[in-house]
Amino acid sequence: MTRSSHFSFERLRGIIAKEFTQMRRDRLTFAMMLGIPLLQLVLFGFAINSDPRHLPAAVLFADSGPQVRTFLQAMKNTTYYKFVREVKSVQEGRELLARGEVQFLINIPQNFTRDLLRGDRPAVLIEADATDPSATGLALGSLNAQLDSAFRNDFKGPLEYLGRTPGPIDLRVHAQYNPESNTQFNIVPGLMGVILTMTMIMITGLAITREKERGTMENLLSMPTRPSEVLIGKIAPYILIGYVQVGVILGAARFIFHVPMHGSIPLLLAVALVFIAANLAMGITFSTVAKNQLQAMQMTFFVFLPSILLSGFMFPFRGMPSWAQTVGEFLPLTHFLRIVRGILLKGNGLHEIIPDLWPIALFALVMLTIGIKRYRQTLD
Amino acid sequence: MSDDLAIDVRGMTKRFGGRAVVDDISLQVKAGEIYGFLGPNGSGKTTFIRMLCGLLRPDAGSGTCLQLDVITQSEEIKRHVGYMTQKFSFWEDLSIQENLDFVARMYGVKQRKDVVRNSIERLGLAGRERQLAGQLSGGWKQRLALAACLLHQPKLLLLDEPTAGVDPKARRDFWEHIHQLADEGLTFLITTHYMDEAERCHRLAYIAYGKLLAHGTVADVINHVGLTTWAVTGPDLIKLAAQLRGQPGIPQAVAFGAALHVSGDDQPALENAIAPHRHPPFTWSQIPSGLEDVFIHLMDSSKDNFKP
Repeated sequence: MTRSSHFSFERLRGIIAKEFTQMRRDRLTFAMMLGIPLLQLVLFGFAINSDPRHLPAAVLFADSGPQVRTFLQAMKNTTYYKFVREVKSVQEGRELLARGEVQFLINIPQNFTRDLLRGDRPAVLIEADATDPSATGLALGSLNAQLDSAFRNDFKGPLEYLGRTPGPIDLRVHAQYNPESNTQFNIVPGLMGVILTMTMIMITGLAITREKERGTMENLLSMPTRPSEVLIGKIAPYILIGYVQVGVILGAARFIFHVPMHGSIPLLLAVALVFIAANLAMGITFSTVAKNQLQAMQMTFFVFLPSILLSGFMFPFRGMPSWAQTVGEFLPLTHFLRIVRGILLKGNGLHEIIPDLWPIALFALVMLTIGIKRYRQTLD
Repeated sequence: MSDDLAIDVRGMTKRFGGRAVVDDISLQVKAGEIYGFLGPNGSGKTTFIRMLCGLLRPDAGSGTCLQLDVITQSEEIKRHVGYMTQKFSFWEDLSIQENLDFVARMYGVKQRKDVVRNSIERLGLAGRERQLAGQLSGGWKQRLALAACLLHQPKLLLLDEPTAGVDPKARRDFWEHIHQLADEGLTFLITTHYMDEAERCHRLAYIAYGKLLAHGTVADVINHVGLTTWAVTGPDLIKLAAQLRGQPGIPQAVAFGAALHVSGDDQPALENAIAPHRHPPFTWSQIPSGLEDVFIHLMDSSKDNFKP
């Protein structure tokens, strides 16, 4: 009598086959699944330059000796700085910084030339707008090396002793925000998580609402199918799509962006399965709640925005206020980003990633359970 | 309760937002019978059918469908019932064959490939099985839907307005097919708006605003209502109809082609009301009430519980 209440692999296979066929016919969605990773790779990988140069800088002169000119020329030679303004006071300079008109304020102290020639290592204060740490980090990093070689011409003959270490000038940098260096190596592996989050949630979010909107749900419900068969059957084909995306991104990371890959790729692929499953389960749960495809899309963005902003993809996680960090800890993307960056850049193994792996697995399990519970077997 | 009843339910009730869409309906359908289910739009026909096959949970009521409890055994009922929805609900982006194959898999049909191939041949769609279902015309969609509902050899078919939007030839073929299947022992519950289809049913029920108003054979239903109908021909019948309507004893005056049918359930009152008009140029004759006269009468005289 209750044969129908048992999970049937035959029915599951039937649903999977149907989803694959429909996916193949839906060219637009199929193109989107491949197009989104490529588009994002181009945007984040190429168009968004994380190593910007010729950043506007303002200078406050309290001294104007010939060595000041050497110093500024040296800064200019790094190609990171472009002097756009001379300011009369620190206040004026800080206002420019606050308004974002300049990225740096260089403060040449009184007696710069005198102290320099005496070998007293005058302190030059560089105040940087580190809102985007990746923008200022490289500019500042390049400076020390450039200064050493620049003064070599000035320090000839009797002044040669000034050219020795620890360098003629004491550079002091004030970054306005907590900067964490954020390079392209950081972005491209992170993209893997972002792309999977966006496409996987969206595609399964539409899976059930589409059946509802087209009226085929009534038909599906009138057949002896189990909720778990329908939900897992709808998730399974997209795991394959997820892996295609992972492959595209890893390939681009390796051959186009030359991201170092210190850790185990099979381990990364195994973790990706858990992460893909977590996102698909979340999407399918949205799908059971949403009344139509539009609502499902809106719910997708409701998760997608915090995922991008609070996961540490766009901004350094430790730079966020604690409430934002708490929210971030509930997002699978946060943990996946740490794992991907850990495996690729630091060469982390299973032992190091476990603390971030189990939250993703737990998330997937909870979401799938909610989805199966929420899935209505009636039209009530 | 008898063994040869395919459907035997009592007191079925379904409320949406406090309003009873199906209100205390009891229905018995014998095995092998074609049972017609009639009523105006929104009368609760679809809701009632959905309750029978487990798609909606009734708020009250009990009974059996194929000797299975409609409340507790809806999963088992689904295995033996074929339900054809009002709107085409197969996958338009799947081909004919893929749709049939999917349905067969969901029901765990044995020798699936053969069953599907036979079904396609019976449908007369051999050679077109790779065509997408969405590209089929209305008539072919209806045939495909019926074929899909029959794949798992159900004992009871619930067809919700199966012939809506289908041309007369296809409708006639469809009904011949239904009668053939009924001869083989299948039971049908069919909703329809067409009077000619209602008359093809063994028995029928009429519901309006969620209530069962009449049921039985066509003759039973007509007798039960006890309507007297006069047909009148002549010039300017529209003006006449306007004069007659609203008179005591004349609940309805409806144009049927060149004639006006004037009906009422109180014969003396009706004849009193038409007496002033029984002279040339009008020609009057009493006719047996048709199903349509009866249904319009039932619909007009039932109370609309959705009105505030």
